[in-house]
Amino acid sequence: MKRFAALSALLLFSSIAHAQDASTVSPKRDASAASTEDARMKALEEQVRTLAGEVALLRNELKELRDTKSPEPASSPQVLLASAHPEPGMLPGSPAPAAPQAAQTQTFGGASGNAKLLNPDISLIGDFIGTAGRNTVSPSRSLELHESEVGMQAIIDPYARADAFISFGETGVNVEEGYVTFTALPAGLLLKVGKMRADFGKVNTTHNHALPFIDRPLATNNLVGGEDGIDDAGFSLSRFLPAPKNWFLEGTAQIFRGDSADVFQASRRQDVSAVGHLRAYRDLSESTNLDLGVSYARGHNNAGIGTAFIPSNFLTNLYGGDATLRWKPLRRAIYHSFLFRTELFWSARDQVSTAAFFQTQHAFGMYSYAEYRVNRRWTVGGRFDRSGHATDARLTDSGFSGILTYWPSEFSQIRGQYRFGHLATSPTDFSNANEILFQFLFVMGAHGAHPF
Amino acid sequence: MKFFSSFFLSWARTALTRSEPFQEISMPRLFTRTRFTAIASSFALVFSLLFPVVGSADSKTRIMTATTDLASLAQEVGGDKVDVESVARGYQDPHFVDPKPSFLLKLSKAELLIVVGLELEIGWLPPLITQSSNPRIQVGAPGYFDASRFARILELPTGQVTRAEGDVHPLGNPHYWLDPDNGLRIAKGIQNKLSEMRPNDAAYFAQRYDAFEQHLKQSDQQWQAQMKPYAGRKVVTYHRSWPNFAEHFGLNVVGYVEPRPGIPPSPQHTVELIGQMKRESVKVIMVEPYFDLKTPNSIARETGAQVVVLMPSVGGEKEITDYFKLFDYDIAKLKKAFDETH
Repeated sequence: MKRFAALSALLLFSSIAHAQDASTVSPKRDASAASTEDARMKALEEQVRTLAGEVALLRNELKELRDTKSPEPASSPQVLLASAHPEPGMLPGSPAPAAPQAAQTQTFGGASGNAKLLNPDISLIGDFIGTAGRNTVSPSRSLELHESEVGMQAIIDPYARADAFISFGETGVNVEEGYVTFTALPAGLLLKVGKMRADFGKVNTTHNHALPFIDRPLATNNLVGGEDGIDDAGFSLSRFLPAPKNWFLEGTAQIFRGDSADVFQASRRQDVSAVGHLRAYRDLSESTNLDLGVSYARGHNNAGIGTAFIPSNFLTNLYGGDATLRWKPLRRAIYHSFLFRTELFWSARDQVSTAAFFQTQHAFGMYSYAEYRVNRRWTVGGRFDRSGHATDARLTDSGFSGILTYWPSEFSQIRGQYRFGHLATSPTDFSNANEILFQFLFVMGAHGAHPF
Repeated sequence: MKFFSSFFLSWARTALTRSEPFQEISMPRLFTRTRFTAIASSFALVFSLLFPVVGSADSKTRIMTATTDLASLAQEVGGDKVDVESVARGYQDPHFVDPKPSFLLKLSKAELLIVVGLELEIGWLPPLITQSSNPRIQVGAPGYFDASRFARILELPTGQVTRAEGDVHPLGNPHYWLDPDNGLRIAKGIQNKLSEMRPNDAAYFAQRYDAFEQHLKQSDQQWQAQMKPYAGRKVVTYHRSWPNFAEHFGLNVVGYVEPRPGIPPSPQHTVELIGQMKRESVKVIMVEPYFDLKTPNSIARETGAQVVVLMPSVGGEKEITDYFKLFDYDIAKLKKAFDETH
């Protein structure tokens, strides 16, 4: 388009110049001047003809780009003859083997050029949750737009890409994740820098809208920092490790500032937290695979703050194990699939006992989840929960959920969940919770794929 | 990695060959030379053990492709100079592939990644590319090859694009490989890319491409001849996978089992489609192997049409081992269906 405009401007300019020349020179003509004039005229005419030819060629190309359904116009040979300087690559359907790639892109290829320029992929995911029923221990709101997550993802330069997820919740705005990933490091290393969900197990890495249930498991809430989980600013370095045949091994080491919800809290600058994760994966068959992981996290907690003890002596150590079995027949992948997952958590939290002694509370939590895709639109699932409290291991909550999900399309989701909780209020007292939750999720824009 | 190990290997080699003339000159120098050689070769050994993928001049270029069709085209051009593997299987819906970690290992070693593009793989390939931590195949790197840049693309949306039209592809229909002309164009692109990567084998790739072109043009004439009696026949397809195929072989796609791309069949749309098929006497329903046959079968019962499961990709059936057999298979099946429903 630009080229076309420039060419027509040139054409206009040259014809004006030509006219001016003719008028100023005509009164005083002598023989030699006339002959040079003629030569110049001829040269100009030739130039104009050449330009006209090129304009015709460009026009033709434009037309053909617009009318992509028939990109091989019969008129192209004539245009070729009319043009004094045809560029070989510009001609549609010409077999020219040395045609530059850029020219091929103009003739073939999709509309990638004008589709989105340099904007990042922007998406918004709305997560509307409603709750009904009885829960005296941890009641949630009846109706809420729980979260609106804006995602922006783009390739930064040849060496890095960046992902940012900003969630607008009922209580405020939070940068859920925002990190740059360096993809061109030597030795197969992958470095992420920024704020990110720590690689501690499976559910901790998953965004709310990508969970297979509406709430988070009890163990997450009791031991691993609730909804936000371990989500902190720092570095993450991962690499594939040498593994036996048919196994995939990946190790991840992460260092964070040490502030994550109520799990970790740094009172000094050097109180950073560390997370390590080892993942082992194996394809059992084309449709079945096994995914195993062990995780470790260590950081300082807030138990010593305001006591006679030194705050930096209070640590929380978290250990995790996860196992996932997936089945998805490739020929019917969009209709049927099965997933079974168990995650185990152990928490060792240093704190001050009621008798003002330094003590370590050892709590255990777990959940198991199974999900079956019945057809293209419906999925049924169930989850069993059991978890001690991090601050008081004598208190143990348990519960189960039944989940039903419906997908009108890939970009929206309607989910219902029945949740029963047997929640400890003291070592001997329990309160039963019976709740129905429902959720509407909708995706706008281009949301990048989630990790497997 | 490859660079380092090949560097060390060549270093070791030159050290070895150079050590010979010194034998007659002086003993001490010979001694140091051999020690140097020994050190160099042990270095090389350690490196090759550490990084078993050694890139010597005779090794094959490792190519990963998104789909089997691209793998077949790359194999045609690359011959025995390349090792090709596809992420998706031929009978798998290329829109929905699980980004399994087992693919990561293969991608991390690949020197060239060939993708369909046009956002066909948007749901699974980007995380694989990022996590592969392989700088050679990152988007825009020399080892990233978008085949759609070389193909003629149909169904480019004009005007506003919204998801009210279902899972639309804003960059055009990505099922473009089902047109032999596009196959040829992509093969040409692959030839240029491989020649760029291995300049010493450029003549070999050129010769492979020429042979492929000749074979494909010959086969295409046969396919065209086989399809000629059915030119202009009206068909219904499940998904919009066949515009390039239909255009090339003169079929007329008048409707789809899906009400919108990516949206499962709805009763109302099915009723409308049955009415339309009866009115226009459409007798063939083309279905991809990864879709449920329940709705197509019930439409067929109502209209007297025949359901044909056609393979959109190489490897969809065991016997479809390459790009040629793909068209052989599909055309034979179509021909049979047209003959039987006439």
